Amino acid sequence: MNILPFVRTRRLGKVSVSSVTLAHGGGGKAMKDLVDDVFVAAFDARGEPLEDQARFDLNALGAHGDRLAFTTDSFVVDPLFFPGGDIGKLAVCGTVNDLAVGGARPLFLSCAVILEEGVEVDLLRRVTRSMARTANDAGVRIVTGDTKVVPRGACDKIFMTTTGIGMIPVGIDLGVDKACPNDVVLVNGLLGDHGAAILCARGDMALETPIESDCACLHGLIGALLAAAPGTRFIRDATRGGIATVLNEIAEASHVSIEIEEGRTPIREEVKAFCEILGLDPLYLANEGKIVAIVPADQADAALAAMRGHPLGRDAAAIGRIGSEIEGRVTMRTALGGRRIVDMLVGEQLPRIC
Amino acid sequence: MKYVDEFRDGEKARVLVSEIETLVSSMALPPDRPLYLMEVCGGHTHSIFRYGLEGMLPKQIELVHGPGCPVCVLPMGRVDDCVAIAENPNVIFTTFGDAMRVPGSKKSLLQAKADGADVRMVYSPMDALELARRNPEREVVFFGLGFETTMPSTALTILEAESEGIRNFSVFCNHITIVPTIKAILDSPGLQLDGFLGPGHVSMVIGTAPYEFIANFYRKPMVVAGFEPLDILHSIWMLLKQIKEGRSEVENQYARVVPDAGNDAALNAVARIYELREFFEWRGLGSIDHSGVRLRKAYAHFDAERKFAIPNVRIADPKSCQCGEVLKGTLKPWQCKVFGTSCTPEVPLGALMVSSEGACAAYYQYGGQRRRVEVV
Repeated sequence: MNILPFVRTRRLGKVSVSSVTLAHGGGGKAMKDLVDDVFVAAFDARGEPLEDQARFDLNALGAHGDRLAFTTDSFVVDPLFFPGGDIGKLAVCGTVNDLAVGGARPLFLSCAVILEEGVEVDLLRRVTRSMARTANDAGVRIVTGDTKVVPRGACDKIFMTTTGIGMIPVGIDLGVDKACPNDVVLVNGLLGDHGAAILCARGDMALETPIESDCACLHGLIGALLAAAPGTRFIRDATRGGIATVLNEIAEASHVSIEIEEGRTPIREEVKAFCEILGLDPLYLANEGKIVAIVPADQADAALAAMRGHPLGRDAAAIGRIGSEIEGRVTMRTALGGRRIVDMLVGEQLPRIC
Repeated sequence: MKYVDEFRDGEKARVLVSEIETLVSSMALPPDRPLYLMEVCGGHTHSIFRYGLEGMLPKQIELVHGPGCPVCVLPMGRVDDCVAIAENPNVIFTTFGDAMRVPGSKKSLLQAKADGADVRMVYSPMDALELARRNPEREVVFFGLGFETTMPSTALTILEAESEGIRNFSVFCNHITIVPTIKAILDSPGLQLDGFLGPGHVSMVIGTAPYEFIANFYRKPMVVAGFEPLDILHSIWMLLKQIKEGRSEVENQYARVVPDAGNDAALNAVARIYELREFFEWRGLGSIDHSGVRLRKAYAHFDAERKFAIPNVRIADPKSCQCGEVLKGTLKPWQCKVFGTSCTPEVPLGALMVSSEGACAAYYQYGGQRRRVEVV
């Protein structure tokens, strides 16, 4: 019997209910519909067979570089949507940046999602569309993923993990232990925006500010920086713990001291005021679109010019220098002319009482 | 930032520092006896470290970091009481952020939260009252903490709750008063202090008159000081000038914020709500007469101490902890036996390591004189 007339091309499922239930994690039709409707549709994987794994051609990968970079990051941000971004955009940018700061060209991402029963499907659609848009703009593809649903209260709406693969071009070798005395410390712009935006968006502080998260994919900027300053020693994105934490990590790993200048450290007036009111220190606020780069002194001008020529580096600045005083010690020359230690953050920053 | 940057001007700071140097060198001080100036307020301590002021001053001036950090002087027993209230399943316990990490005898509020208590950080007691409005079926308790600076806002919140007839809101009152505390320090034996930087924001409420006894009876000069670095440098200069001219007066450097007569509306609210306790226990300093307040009987229904069963047990400070000596200025933070070893901001043993306004935490984080000598 000829069965061909009965074989249909794969048709995408459609979710007909407004919120996610445990059935959507059950492995049956409901789950397939959710995956098709929300993920496959957004990530534009239509028409491709859905396998349990993404497959890569090694020769094609090899054309981009000689080493594979591999990283993973989880996202549990609250609230899911905040000025300047959302959990989806953050999940793409975060992992792209973790690849890019190693000098890698980001290529592929995975996306694993844990959903709390009761999450609105439309909310999830907005998140996946935002991921798709961000990945598309960044030139990376989301090629595999997973979905789980947990009972109400077992997670907070949406938790997400993205894993990324990139290739490091021949000749690039950045390292946290490579900073040398007299190197220059660069940042690509205004610090603390993301941390301040999230704290405001949570609403606990009852403060309204125009501050937006700086959440952005930085591989373009980093590419321009590395082209202009091929001797760059190290790059890291200053996420949780802020720039203070990154500087301390560099000082420790490279056995050097670092001194930054308060007067040269770019911080938005609104963020300064926000920190002033709450008794926080902007050096410890999280960023999602800012890097610290350590560059040899003779390439610092070129590096700075390259960053300033990129839309994500317009406010780039040289904020300090690597020294050889006390190993592992980070200090700041205050605008007033004094000097203070910038230590690792202990626990969470808590607002002061008065 | 307008009205802030003006008080952080590096050029003006250099002029002030050079004026201070000139004054000091004209005073012919003995080389082995620096001038000991105490900044009473934790806000000053924080600014001094944040801007690196100590390192800018001539070495004949030694700053002694006083007891004015309300989080730091909170005794363990009171934290235990907080935890006991917070662990009540129907309670939403609200607190200022930096009180969360203060160690109790068993746990801090932060640990109580991790163990399931509903502890929430608020920025104002009014936020706690809003929580009470939105959760009528829960008991919302506000951890009232601080000197006269924060006393009026707690008082006004209680008056607001009273006028709205809100019954599920109460205050665990740990407000303390500054004057008996300064007096206790002045009375402590072996004290070497040459002058005080007076608390700016407390004085905004109580004015400058309550300090007159310091100048008249104890013959110590005091300058009520603002919190920006230029305020502090300017106040130190004013203190030195008094010392040089043999005066002991209460002067007001922070006149742009502090009216000499204080704030009537705030004082009225305070007088309506609170009465003095006979004594209050301080971490490190022991019991000080009339140094704390509680709610008056008329507002007993807002008093968490009466609403909830609390252990109310006095817990002695850990033996190795020398917070008391540091608070009185007889020990520098780094001279404490446990500084930076068994007492760090991560695992604070003494309260001075907890808040960023605590002298020890400030030394640890920003580097005190000794650490600076290491650096430079």
